[in-house]
Amino acid sequence: MALYIVKRILLFIPTLLGITLITFILMQALPGDPVAGMAGERASPETIARIRAELGQNRSLPLQYAGYLKLLATGELGRSYYTNRRIADDLVQKFPNTLRLALAAMCFASVFGIGMGVFSAVKRGTKWDRLVTLVSVGGISVPVFWLGLALMLLFSFYLRWLPPSGMGNGSLLYIILPAATLGTFSLSYITRITRSSMLETLSQPYVAAARAKGLSETAVVLKHALKNSLIPIITLIGLDLGSYLNGAVLTETIFGWDGLGRYALDGIIKRDYPVIMGVVLFGAVIFVAMDLIVDISYHFLDPRVRVKSEN
Amino acid sequence: MKKFSLRDLTENTPALIAAIILVFLVSVAAFGPALVHYDPLSMDLDSLRQPPSKAHLLGTDSTGRDILSRLVYGARISLSVGIIASLLSLSIGIFFGLIAGYFGGKTDSILSQFFDIFLAFPSLLLAIGISAVMPAGLTSAMLAITLVGWAGFARLVRGITLSLKEQTYVEASRALGATPARILYKHILPNALPLVVVAGSLRVGGFILLEAALSFLGLGVQPPTPTWGSMISLNRAFINSAPWMVIFPGIAISITVISFNILGDFLRDKLDPRSQV
Repeated sequence: MALYIVKRILLFIPTLLGITLITFILMQALPGDPVAGMAGERASPETIARIRAELGQNRSLPLQYAGYLKLLATGELGRSYYTNRRIADDLVQKFPNTLRLALAAMCFASVFGIGMGVFSAVKRGTKWDRLVTLVSVGGISVPVFWLGLALMLLFSFYLRWLPPSGMGNGSLLYIILPAATLGTFSLSYITRITRSSMLETLSQPYVAAARAKGLSETAVVLKHALKNSLIPIITLIGLDLGSYLNGAVLTETIFGWDGLGRYALDGIIKRDYPVIMGVVLFGAVIFVAMDLIVDISYHFLDPRVRVKSEN
Repeated sequence: MKKFSLRDLTENTPALIAAIILVFLVSVAAFGPALVHYDPLSMDLDSLRQPPSKAHLLGTDSTGRDILSRLVYGARISLSVGIIASLLSLSIGIFFGLIAGYFGGKTDSILSQFFDIFLAFPSLLLAIGISAVMPAGLTSAMLAITLVGWAGFARLVRGITLSLKEQTYVEASRALGATPARILYKHILPNALPLVVVAGSLRVGGFILLEAALSFLGLGVQPPTPTWGSMISLNRAFINSAPWMVIFPGIAISITVISFNILGDFLRDKLDPRSQV
């Protein structure tokens, strides 16, 4: 067990190196030299000198890469061309907002996804089942940014139930539309996997036994079938968390949510390369870290996973 | 291997509808410019933000350009980027996946490490990073999507190759002295192809969404060339006062992607022996 965790963490290191190698290559591809790519011209002379010492073009590429890693290790992701602020500070400041939005979206996706999946498994083969299937195909086919605008049009402008944008100092009303927008993609996958997992469980003998002893259908479905169908569903929910970063870029743009995504869009519009690269790197690190955490927590929670991965 | 015929398609109503829609969309992209009345780029300052009418079936945008014409021209970009990026990333993925899976050992571990690094990025973020450092345009969008997509296919093909190379017919061919290239091309590739086609068809929709997201963010194909994604982003400030400018491009994207996804699901059910009947 401890061995597995150590092994898993050691495997994390080459992945991190690979990610930084790719962002390093992308920076090399930028017009101008990589020092300007990281600090711009407005940074203080000391910052530029420090970055030039590591990334200067008179050094060979491997040395430049080593220097890049050294800068990253000290938390130096570069400076914004426009505000000249440390990008690492900006990211740390914006991330909690994105995290809050992602967690709200996950709750939305889990509750409705599992609900719809169970419903469609129970109603297997009926028109309700087909409707849920169609909705779940629709959910992965609709562009996130358009879905956000359509929901805004309906719920904020026509019905006037919810505020169209902003964060409202943490008021829950403001998070509903962005969370539903961001969560829809995941909701569709959760619905699909819940349905197939439930169908498999419902065909098990112990479910027939539970029915035979006279339990109500609700008790059979919720207590016996759903409980035993949950493992693949929870795995999916956990593994999917990192992918909320994709949708967050688009959702935050639509709803004026002050997180990583909107920060990235500002960077894109102003061609503020250090900001763009900072978000790409940070996002990838969060993504793989999430994967690692989910993996290790399964190891603690599910003895079956433990046995499988140790053999 | 399972087979399927046109008859399977006509028996599955959603898949049939999806196929018809896609044929229609491809024809629109190919011949549409001859069918629409307005130039997608010509502005008409006398008819700004007109709601749908007989003259402009889907209305006009903020500079009086006809939305239907822009949608038709936008279809060319969405479909070509989605399909070409799929083919390119499939080819790259098949090439490296076959090599990693067949040769195993050091080759496999190094290549697999590469696949994993590309898969370690959230897809849209990687696409943003790649297209941001290139001059914006059709090529950069296609390249970004291809680089995002290839590793997933490579990993899939590697897995399939690993299991296929243990088959007796492969061993027999090896015993007869066939070169690895011949074995891969003649024996492994044809048997892996159905699964690869399924994976590819399931991804086209996602690639179209990725292209739309890039143009929405201002990367990829630049204005004034109409793309579905940029039509939404350029007009989104008017979502309340002139919703048709935003709603129609979104419907176009959604219908296209839904059709690809439904057809992909259908192919998987028919061709993938692992899927339940």
